[in-house]
Amino acid sequence: MQSKRSLFLAGAALTCFLVAAPASRAAEFDFAGPLDAYTLDPHAISNTLVFAILRNVYEPLVARGKDLSIEPVLATKWKQVDDKTWEFDLRKDVKFSNGNAFNADDVVFSFDRAKKGGMSSHLADIDSIEKVDDYTVRLKTHEIDPILPNQIVNWFMMDSDWAKEHGAVEPGQADNSTEGYANQHAMGTGPYVISQRDPGVKTVFSANKTWWNTIDGNVDKAIFYVIPNPSTRVSALISGEVDMIDGVPPQDASRIEKADGLHIASTPDLRTVYLQPDVARDTLVYGGGVKGNPFKNPKVREAMKLAIDTGAIQKRIMRGYSTPVGLPIANEVNGSTAQLDAPNKPDLDKAKALMKEAGYADGFDVTLDCTNDRFINDQATCLAIGSFLSRIDIRVTPRIQTTARWAQQINPPGYDTSFAMLSYSPYTYDAHQFLSGLAKTRDPKTGAGVFNIGGYSNKEVDRLTDEIGAETDTKKRTELLHKALGILKKSNAYIPIHQLQILWGVRDGVNVVQLADLSYPLAWFKVPE
Amino acid sequence: MIAHTTERILQTVLVLLAISFIAFLLVATLGDPLTSLLPPDASIADRQDLIMRLGLDEPLLTRFLHFLNGMLHGDFGISYRTQDDIGPMIATRLPATIELAFASLLVTLFVGVPLGILCGVRPNGIISRGVMLVSIAGITLPNFVVGVLLIAIFSVHLGWFPSFGRGDTVQIGGWTTGLLTLSGWRAIILPAITLAAFQVTFVIRMLRTQLLEVGQSEHIRFARARGLSERRIWSTYAMRNALLPTITMLALQLGNVIAFSVVTEGVFAWPGIGSLFLQSIQAADVPVIAIYLIFVGAIFMIINLVVELIYPLVDPRLKRSGA
Repeated sequence: MQSKRSLFLAGAALTCFLVAAPASRAAEFDFAGPLDAYTLDPHAISNTLVFAILRNVYEPLVARGKDLSIEPVLATKWKQVDDKTWEFDLRKDVKFSNGNAFNADDVVFSFDRAKKGGMSSHLADIDSIEKVDDYTVRLKTHEIDPILPNQIVNWFMMDSDWAKEHGAVEPGQADNSTEGYANQHAMGTGPYVISQRDPGVKTVFSANKTWWNTIDGNVDKAIFYVIPNPSTRVSALISGEVDMIDGVPPQDASRIEKADGLHIASTPDLRTVYLQPDVARDTLVYGGGVKGNPFKNPKVREAMKLAIDTGAIQKRIMRGYSTPVGLPIANEVNGSTAQLDAPNKPDLDKAKALMKEAGYADGFDVTLDCTNDRFINDQATCLAIGSFLSRIDIRVTPRIQTTARWAQQINPPGYDTSFAMLSYSPYTYDAHQFLSGLAKTRDPKTGAGVFNIGGYSNKEVDRLTDEIGAETDTKKRTELLHKALGILKKSNAYIPIHQLQILWGVRDGVNVVQLADLSYPLAWFKVPE
Repeated sequence: MIAHTTERILQTVLVLLAISFIAFLLVATLGDPLTSLLPPDASIADRQDLIMRLGLDEPLLTRFLHFLNGMLHGDFGISYRTQDDIGPMIATRLPATIELAFASLLVTLFVGVPLGILCGVRPNGIISRGVMLVSIAGITLPNFVVGVLLIAIFSVHLGWFPSFGRGDTVQIGGWTTGLLTLSGWRAIILPAITLAAFQVTFVIRMLRTQLLEVGQSEHIRFARARGLSERRIWSTYAMRNALLPTITMLALQLGNVIAFSVVTEGVFAWPGIGSLFLQSIQAADVPVIAIYLIFVGAIFMIINLVVELIYPLVDPRLKRSGA
């Protein structure tokens, strides 16, 4: 009996021992998100999440500030010296976190390196780089490029000596033809260094003591945890294990708002969801009950726009956490105006009348290609669109797949879809990127319109897009953008649904800054001491 | 005996080859890896270039042979997602899964076995009836529901245990262990219970049935007739007969536990190979998925093989019929 009791006591003691309170922490910020950055190599892949993590460690020449304007970082001044040349003055007295000095050689090295990696498309318009002196570089563009600084905000500078020392001169390649040291290690000039990294599990950031600038916030240590399961993520926030979570499911937002000491922080995401019917083929590849391709008729497209109640989708499916839009690009993107981006007003009677006028009073069948893991409530949005369209007798069969399979279905070169739900987020914050990649007539040779899934083609839009690309006068350029976007809007070949929102659950007292590019700017965060 | 062993090993190799091929075929149709590898505005030329470099344009059989050849040389390929070698990727995640599997096995032994004995010896007692009733929940509730419930109670409401992760780990050679730190022990408790939920019920029910059956058998009746005490009858004579099949089943289940920890790992963000598998599926990281499937297949096959090879040693009757 005696032994049993002592066993019980030992068990009780062990339990107390195991549930001891967590240690106190000073200016430490713990946060969790659903996905990890695939790699730490800043030049290996063009991926929002990779940039979101790496912006704390690596720095570009210029970056977007809190108000989304272009601000100096490693470059102090820049100007266009002639039509095809931009000159950047580099910041002096900048050191990498290993103590090596930053200079023009590192910029040249980072240019050559990035050109070989998966993010080379960001530098596609740049032909060559030239070192003028230790703190001046010139970028030569292929064509006149008025928005070059906007395009290079994700082009990060790496220490050339460090890269050479560790055999990381070339970025990681998918066929692993080069060594991947930089996949797991980082060496930048930024406000933090990565002091510990367990890919797909956690990443520890510590303050970079030798940073050239001072942080706005007070975070000197941050731990980023990857918690894929949304309900576990919410639990981790409520139980106090983390101070902030990314990717709050809208249905859990009210639970967090109601919880003591927690709140929701949300801001519009640049990503915008829209529908694109196939207007290129003469018949529906996935559909029926009709002759020819009804999407070629502008009246049908207008009727579809009028039948979809984006306000109801915002209210019922997104629980208020979305912004209905009138263009397939977000409000914040250069080229959009309040007038162009005003959401459509649904009008069912007019939509029905238009269908009748177009000769499709009996409607038709079509398959709508959607994802179920790409963004918040995409599956539910897809189903809702199907039921809205059924009111004008367009009988939609949703084909809902994972992103990988969906992309295989709709992406070039096959474009094997008649109707797809898509989303886009231009990293340049400029509509020209949308026009050249998603609205121009498809041309496999130049790569123009490569993601114009519906095959929309309009000579005037093509001409305007080229003109915008070469226009250096900001005011004229903006006017041209408005004109091109106006044509797109009128064509209804892109039916806008909504702009998504970034939803974070945050502990009260923690001050976060949310940017539309989904990044985590830790240097701007404040936590209670 | 030697013939028996060779036959079994050959069979295992054959099945492993088949698993490899099926895994390879399955993932060949899983999705387009180019989507996750290329920037959204990549040109067709970029796509073609990558297809060539990855060898995606070669015939399926050629790709499979390349793949097999690589594996035999210890080259498991490269992850499309992280661009790292898959071998080390799995090696760094494996300790977490194995520790979780053994922790859940311990839970099963210390909870399942005593309760099972109780239910077998006193099948009509109030406690036994209660245990049997609750154990229905263990069988019917899916793993992720158990996990979410435990998190809601013990992490969110009571705040006793962390809701995710593995706590602090210590590196010993090539093995990272969470069992040497306080936070590691706190972190493993909820996932281990979740993973053990099914096994515990399984063991309780199996032991109960075995004991009920053995209790009716001849040698127990003789023991009673000899006037031995109930305690001695159960602990010495009945238990031995009932425990052997249970332990065999548990050993076989270990493969199951390692393979199906995917759900539990997903719920608790437990950094084992199950989480790696889920993350790979999301990104259509074909090579990692294939290697994972083959790896789990191999674990199953090896455990089965060992059990089959040991059986004749344990049970001489099998040796005779085999010879």
